[in-house]
Amino acid sequence: MAYDKFNILTSTIVPLPAENVDTDQIIPARFLKATEREGFGDNLFRDWRYDVEGNPKKDFVLNDPTYSGKILLSGKNFGSGSSREHAVWAIYDYGFRAVVSSFFADIFKNNCLNIGVLPVTISAEFAEVLFKSVEADPKTEVEIDIDKQKITLLNTGASESFDINSYKKENMKNGFDDIDYLLNIKEEIAAFAENR
Amino acid sequence: MEKNTLFDKIWDSHVVRSVPNGPDVFFIDKHFIHEVTSPVAFLNLEKRGIGVLHPDRTVGTPDHNVPTVDQDKTIKDKLSRMQVERLRENCKKYDIELHDLGSDHHGIVHVIGPELGITQPGMTIVCGDSHTSTHGAFGAIAFGIGTSEVEMVLATQCIMQTKAKKMRITVDGELGGGVTSKDIILYIIAKISAAGATGYFVEYAGMAIRRLSMEARMTICNMSIEMGARGGLIAPDETTFAYLKGKQYAPKGEAWDQAVAYWKTLKTDEEAVFDKEYTFDAADIEPMITYGTNPGMGIKIKGNIPTTEGMEGSNKISYLKSLEYMGFAPGEPIKGKKVDYVFVGSCTNGRIEDIRSVAAFVKGKQKAANITAWIVPGSREVEKMAHEEGLVKILEDAGFELRQPGCSACLAMNDDKIPSGKYAVSTSNRNFEGRQGPGARTLLASPLTVAAVAVTGEIADPREVF
Repeated sequence: MAYDKFNILTSTIVPLPAENVDTDQIIPARFLKATEREGFGDNLFRDWRYDVEGNPKKDFVLNDPTYSGKILLSGKNFGSGSSREHAVWAIYDYGFRAVVSSFFADIFKNNCLNIGVLPVTISAEFAEVLFKSVEADPKTEVEIDIDKQKITLLNTGASESFDINSYKKENMKNGFDDIDYLLNIKEEIAAFAENR
Repeated sequence: MEKNTLFDKIWDSHVVRSVPNGPDVFFIDKHFIHEVTSPVAFLNLEKRGIGVLHPDRTVGTPDHNVPTVDQDKTIKDKLSRMQVERLRENCKKYDIELHDLGSDHHGIVHVIGPELGITQPGMTIVCGDSHTSTHGAFGAIAFGIGTSEVEMVLATQCIMQTKAKKMRITVDGELGGGVTSKDIILYIIAKISAAGATGYFVEYAGMAIRRLSMEARMTICNMSIEMGARGGLIAPDETTFAYLKGKQYAPKGEAWDQAVAYWKTLKTDEEAVFDKEYTFDAADIEPMITYGTNPGMGIKIKGNIPTTEGMEGSNKISYLKSLEYMGFAPGEPIKGKKVDYVFVGSCTNGRIEDIRSVAAFVKGKQKAANITAWIVPGSREVEKMAHEEGLVKILEDAGFELRQPGCSACLAMNDDKIPSGKYAVSTSNRNFEGRQGPGARTLLASPLTVAAVAVTGEIADPREVF
C-alpha cells in the first residue's frame, strides 16, 4: 500500500552493532499471528528487549534512553533468514524510516523498499565511523538524502554515497508501490500470460 | 553456440518487460500461500478493490502455526485459529485451491507442492516463505517473497525483481557411508558462510548431486537461503522425470512427452559463465552439526568448536555471544554433549525418506531416557506412507512421539516449543536464537545423526553408533 514519501531524513541514530541479525530476532515467529498489519513495533527485537517475564532488559539499546531516532544502524548481514515482511513492519511501526548496514540480506532489502523503509548499504569503514560517532556522542545526527543518494554525518561532514536503482528511488520519493506500476501494464501482462 | 545457464534460460523466458535502471517485471507460474504471510495481502487487495487475477495459479495450505495434535478439532489458540480461518475464507472467496487441515494432501507447503506434481521443471514459483527454494530441486526458479509481493502475485501474477547474480557449486566424487544430503548442504554453508551467497542464485552440480534422490536434492535446495542465496536449483534429469511421472498434477499422455522434451533442454550450456564458482570434493564431507546461532556455524561432528583465533572486533563479540547463548566454549569438542530433545520434521527433512532413515537406524533400539523425541511428517501423504510401511510402529516402539503434519518445532509458532536452555538436535533449517522457542538451543543435523543422538542421548556420529 502507499506509504510516506521519503526525501531527506535527518535524525539521530540507534546503534545495534550485532552481526547476522536474522528476522527471527527482529520479530520472533510467535508474534506473527496477526491478520492485520498493526502493532508489530511492540514486539520488535522482543527477546533481546524483554526477559521472559516481559520486563525490559536494561542493557538492550532500545531500552536505553540515551539513544533514539529514526535511523537504525546495524552490523553486517542484517535481516537474514525468514522472508517475513513482519520484520520490516515492526521496524517501521516502531518508528524507524531507514536501516543502515554494510550488508543486507536480499529478501529483507526488497521487503524494506516495498513498504517505504530505506535500506542504506555503506562500506564497513563508514559503518565503523558511524558506530564510533554515536558512541562518542549519542546526539550525533545523520542526514540521508535519497535524491543525491548520499548519507552524511552532520557534525563532521563525512559522507558516503549509496546505491538504489532509479525505479525504486522514484517509488520511495513519491510513496508509490510496485502494484501501482504492475496494474498500469495489465494488458501487457495479460498478453504475456496468454502465450504461456 | 548457446552460452546460457539454466537460471538464465528460465529467468529470461519469464520477463514480461525490463524497467530501465530498474527491476524486471517477472511472471510467476505457481504461487503457494499459507496462513501466516497471506492475510494482509488479501486485506490490501480488498482495500484497493481488486481481485485475484489467476486463481488457478495459486495453491494454499495452512502449515506454519497449526497444532500437530487433534487436528480434527477446533484450533485452541485463538490467533492461530483466526489465521487458518482467514486462509479458508480467502481461498473460498477467490476460488483458490486449498489443502486444508485434515484433507488428504494437507502438509507443509514445500512438501505437498512436489508430492502432488504441482512443482515442475522450468517453472517460476514463489511463496511468502524463504524455504520456497526447496522447489528448485526440480530445475525451477523458486524463491521466498514478502507479503507485499504476495499481494502483487495475487493481483497481477507478476513481481518486480532484479535478476540475481549466478553461482555454481559443484560437488564431485563420492559420498562416504553415513553422509547425507543434509551434511552436504551444512558443509557448503559452513565453508562459504551464512551470507556467502547473498545476491546470488545457486546452481548445484556435480556427480555427488546427480546421484541424489529428489528428496535429498530438495534438502539441499531448501537450505540455499541459509547462505543468503535467493534460491538454488538443480538441472532436471531422469531422476526428476521418474519422480514426477504419474503424480496428480503432472502432465499425462502426449502432454507428458512434450513436457519431458522441453525439460530435457533445461540445463546450463557448457560455455556458460557464472559470476562465482565453488567446487567441493564429496569425500571431504562428513556428518555435520551446527554449534552456534546461524547455519554457517557448522563443524564435523568429530571436530571441535572453533577458537577465536584470528577474530577481532564485532566479529569476535558476535561469535562469543553466540557461543554463550549455546552454552559452549571455544575449542571444545561437540561430541558427547548432552541433548534433551530431538526433532525430525520440517520442509528440510520431513519427507518419507527422512523418516525411513531414522526408522532403519532406531529399529530394535530405544531412545535414551533423557531424550524427548518428536517426529512430525511433512504431510498427510508422508504420514500415511509411514504407517503403511510400518515405520510408525518402529519409531513408537523406540520411544518416539509421532505428531500430525505441519511446520511444528522448526519455528515453534504452535505449542511444539523446546523449553528455554534445553538442547535440541533438529533436522530443520535454522538454529537462530529462540527459533524453536524462547531460549531454546538448536543444533542442526541430518535425520541419521538425529537418530544416533536419540539413541545415545548425546551428540554422536551416526557412523560410530550401532
